[in-house]
Amino acid sequence: MYAQSLNQQVEGTTAPEDAEAAARFQARVDAEERIEPNDWMPAAYRRTLVRQISQHAHSEIVGMLPEGNWITRAPSLRRKAALIAKVQDECGHGMYLYAAAETLGVTREQLVDELLAGKAKYSSIFNYPTLTWADIGAIGWLVDGAAIMNQIPLCRCSFGPYSRAMIRVCKEESFHQRQGYEIMLTLARGTAAQKVMAQDALNRWWWPCLMMFGPPDAQSQHSDASTRWKIKRFSNDALRQKFVDATVPQAHFLGLTLPDPALRFNEATSHWEFGEIDWTEFKQVLAGNGPCNRDRMAARRAAHTSGDWVREAAQAYAAKERARSAAAAGAA
Amino acid sequence: MYTGSITVADTPLLRYVLSRADDALVLGHRLSEWCGHAPVLEEDMALSNMALDLIGQARALYTYAAEVEGAGRDEDAYAYLRDVTSYANLLLVEQPNGDFAQTIVRQLLFSAFIDPYWRALMTSSDPTLAAIAAKAEKESAYHLRHASEWTVRLGDGTPESHERAQQALDTLWPFTGELFTVPAGDRGLIDAGVAVDPETLRAPWRATVARVVERATLTLPADGWMQRGGREGRHSEHLGHLLSDLQYLQRAFPGATW
Repeated sequence: MYAQSLNQQVEGTTAPEDAEAAARFQARVDAEERIEPNDWMPAAYRRTLVRQISQHAHSEIVGMLPEGNWITRAPSLRRKAALIAKVQDECGHGMYLYAAAETLGVTREQLVDELLAGKAKYSSIFNYPTLTWADIGAIGWLVDGAAIMNQIPLCRCSFGPYSRAMIRVCKEESFHQRQGYEIMLTLARGTAAQKVMAQDALNRWWWPCLMMFGPPDAQSQHSDASTRWKIKRFSNDALRQKFVDATVPQAHFLGLTLPDPALRFNEATSHWEFGEIDWTEFKQVLAGNGPCNRDRMAARRAAHTSGDWVREAAQAYAAKERARSAAAAGAA
Repeated sequence: MYTGSITVADTPLLRYVLSRADDALVLGHRLSEWCGHAPVLEEDMALSNMALDLIGQARALYTYAAEVEGAGRDEDAYAYLRDVTSYANLLLVEQPNGDFAQTIVRQLLFSAFIDPYWRALMTSSDPTLAAIAAKAEKESAYHLRHASEWTVRLGDGTPESHERAQQALDTLWPFTGELFTVPAGDRGLIDAGVAVDPETLRAPWRATVARVVERATLTLPADGWMQRGGREGRHSEHLGHLLSDLQYLQRAFPGATW
């Protein structure tokens, strides 16, 4: 999972860099070549990628929590197995994204420490609670649907390891999205109570999902560097519109109502026009005041802290094994 | 409409199949509780994987139970609509996750038993059970390796991890006696070559556990009083809470399809 809203502002590129190397780098990017970890790259490009990839990784890991919340309560064995597999996929995405970030000269431990210290961001969407089983459907359908809109362009990102990770992630996410939609379809065709549950989940998740694409372009502080470097290829508003256009007919097929009285189809533009997004809510959630910000971080910190002794044990054992094999080699 | 718990026919084969399915489901459920909370991401992956294997085994066995019973039920009816006293899993697998050491040691004690059990069941005169066993054995062999390696790491790691691993072993040991009990109904199935006599696995089980415990520099607990009752539906208090979570939606919305 991923949120465009996390796309970075590029820090000031103050360090004087090799102008010739920079020009060669840009020419390669312009020619749609992939930049690999050992290639020369501008320091700001590296910083931007470390931040973006690590925030993406953190989002995958924190994103395990709202869905994991329903693993033990999944309503059938088939759903339980599918949900475990899905949350496990998110964990896998986190791991290979951390690995992609590590190719840029940072370590997973450093990045995780930053998350746990509250210094790194993750997608704001995971600060909303999963109250009913329908939320598991809504997350797959809408949150993963929005993530796919963001991630498909990233498959062509100029940085090789990130683009390759995204190709794999997108395959799995599109499976998750279909799975989520199928949960919604089952509920929408189910009992009256199930349909109410589905509608309520849509009501709660719709607007936060639109916020996943980040602030409107007019207010966006993003430098155009990410675009020039071909990390970012579409604007927040363009991707948001694409998502709305794809999703509205899917909601109609379910027989559900989108919680937006201003929603209407514009025949001239062939786009669905939608109402005003509450950006105050978005800013509050980013500032740590979403319904679950504290719970999510507390859960990640608890997992990390209560695992300290396990990681220490694994390291101590590995050190003993190294010493033993060194001693055995010495004796031989 | 209200649908209460189901009553299952009391035949030896059905009881036997359900008890094995319950072992797998309850342990799989326990392992899945770690998802998102494990000490390292690699263990979030591994424990979820094992949970998936076990839930898969449970599904195959419940599906076979439905066929054996012939009452038009499906896998979910057995998992979601039986109450605690109808569950026939071992007490060992319902024990709470505790710390990582307790989860690992529980897995070691169970896997060291169930892996040779599945291997022996591969020659069952019941072809469905033989086929389920053949698939499950590949999975349990991995679970055993995973649990063994972690037991050694924890036992021979730091003083704290050693202490925790020993504590887990001591806590769980009284639940191992039940691995080898033979419920009355199983005797006929064993004699007919359908089921495996667990007594034949006692020595290999003990040898496997002892080998791992020794490498882990831990101490094998003495065989004192052994708890039992799971196979007869007399469980610890923990199982009821596990089922409250597991069965919540099916109980809250009777008859709905999910």
